[in-house]
Amino acid sequence: MIVTSPGWTSVRESFFSWYWFRHSFSDVLSAFWLDVKMFLILEAIVLVFALLVALCRNSRAPALFPLRLVATVYTDLFRGIPTILLIFLFGFGIPGLAIKGVPTDPLVLGGAALVLSYSAYVAEVYRAGIDSVHTAQTAAALAVGLTRGQAMRYVVVPQAVRRVVPPLLNDFISLQKDVALLSILGVIEALRQAEIDQGLNFNSTPLVAAALLYICVTVPLARVLDHMQARARRRQQAVMV
Amino acid sequence: MTAVLELRGVTKSYGDRQVLKGIDLTVNEHNAVALIGASGSGKSTLLRCIDLLEDIDDGDVLLDGEVITDPSVDPIKIRRRLGLVFQAFNLFPNMTIAENVALGPRRAHREPKDEALARAHELLERFGLEGRERDYPDRLSGGQQQRVAIVRALATNPRALLLDEVTSALDPELVGEVLAVIRDLKRDGMTMVIATHEMAFARDVADEVCFLHEGLIAERGSAEQILTDPQRPETQRFLRRILETQRL
Ligand SMILES: Nc1ncnc2c1ncn2[C@@H]1O[C@H](COP(=O)(O)OP(=O)(O)OP(=O)(O)O)[C@@H](O)[C@H]1O
Ligand SMILES: [Mg+2]
Repeated sequence: MIVTSPGWTSVRESFFSWYWFRHSFSDVLSAFWLDVKMFLILEAIVLVFALLVALCRNSRAPALFPLRLVATVYTDLFRGIPTILLIFLFGFGIPGLAIKGVPTDPLVLGGAALVLSYSAYVAEVYRAGIDSVHTAQTAAALAVGLTRGQAMRYVVVPQAVRRVVPPLLNDFISLQKDVALLSILGVIEALRQAEIDQGLNFNSTPLVAAALLYICVTVPLARVLDHMQARARRRQQAVMV
Repeated sequence: MTAVLELRGVTKSYGDRQVLKGIDLTVNEHNAVALIGASGSGKSTLLRCIDLLEDIDDGDVLLDGEVITDPSVDPIKIRRRLGLVFQAFNLFPNMTIAENVALGPRRAHREPKDEALARAHELLERFGLEGRERDYPDRLSGGQQQRVAIVRALATNPRALLLDEVTSALDPELVGEVLAVIRDLKRDGMTMVIATHEMAFARDVADEVCFLHEGLIAERGSAEQILTDPQRPETQRFLRRILETQRL
């Protein structure tokens, strides 16, 4: 159907040109390294920061009430704003303020926007995981003499994290793709590089090259995810028996 | 006789339902007190109040003469001096058997890792669980899991052990091995409060049996007296019902 459509020849020429693919692939690939590096750094920060937010929201001590409030407002707010809008606000708004000492590097500002946006989601994933660990586990930890903090650290959080690995991987995959949003701030990552090549050569094949690279990362991640979900299901059934 | 645990007029409500209406109880050193009573009579609640997992509304709990329910007392320090074993084992599934046992000594009592693990191995061996140290709890039978839970509670050398219906989640053929462990502990002089439905067992190990009814200890006495010659009609009714399913 696609191949026999009237526009196919011109689409093939402008999107699937082997010549332009070879021509631009190395450019796009080297720009893609930036995506991969950004993804790895941002993901690491998100995993730690979101856990801290989740622990603040779950804290019980009256003294921590302000922290709890800040964490709650933060997750509500940042989950409510589209990621792309946050990147705009950070990338163009913060340099516009021209505050001394605040970085203006679009990589840093855009990265911060992504971290704040994703952490709000991931914190909720963690929180659901923490809530799913039965209170009897906390009681047992307290009974052997642990403090509430220790009970969280050694008993509840390890079990919670194990349970939320599949949903976390889902968020990984979308973060990996959303790094491309940094291109709107002029960061030359794979998508931006592909657009540049496209503009220079009046040929869209570089975009396809970029898409291929994204797929090379997200598809294996998705397979790992399937595998883990299947394993979690099996384990769940084993416990039910 | 020194009193290890003492309860004076302990009351506890959940919402507007008063579960404990003034409990007085003394547990002397090396003694075992059995708590019996219908489901929902407050046995678990009472044990959780002693271990300070629940705040009581009124009254006092004393451990070695010290009022531990005073707001100025740190409940964490008290829990480190007591052991509690739950009906549903509540082992930590993310840790091996040895790590389960060593967690309290390591984190609460700050023992070095090697020492805590070595002692865990020793204790596990003493209770017939050698070879299982590196297994995760879900690889063990219910009876073995409950024995691990008892060992875990013993690992911190508690002054008294609180046992909450430790056999009621077990298949009948696994009950014996757990009760045998508790009999051994009694012989070694452990001070214990035992909530139980096993009347034959209560008669065996308990120095005193308390019948919990409507938030109060309705009747108490030696195991022999309560189980064979109960005075109160509530106690008689309870025992008649339970003896229909068990044999003394
Ligand atoms: N966290 C709680 N919130 C509200 N009510 C509770 C709570 N825990 C216990 N109760 C109520 O307190 C009463 C006593 O419960 P408890 O578990 O102490 O009884 P029990 O004697 O241990 O019963 P069983 O033999 O079934 O274990 C019950 O009516 C129960 O519904
Ligand atoms: Mg109970």
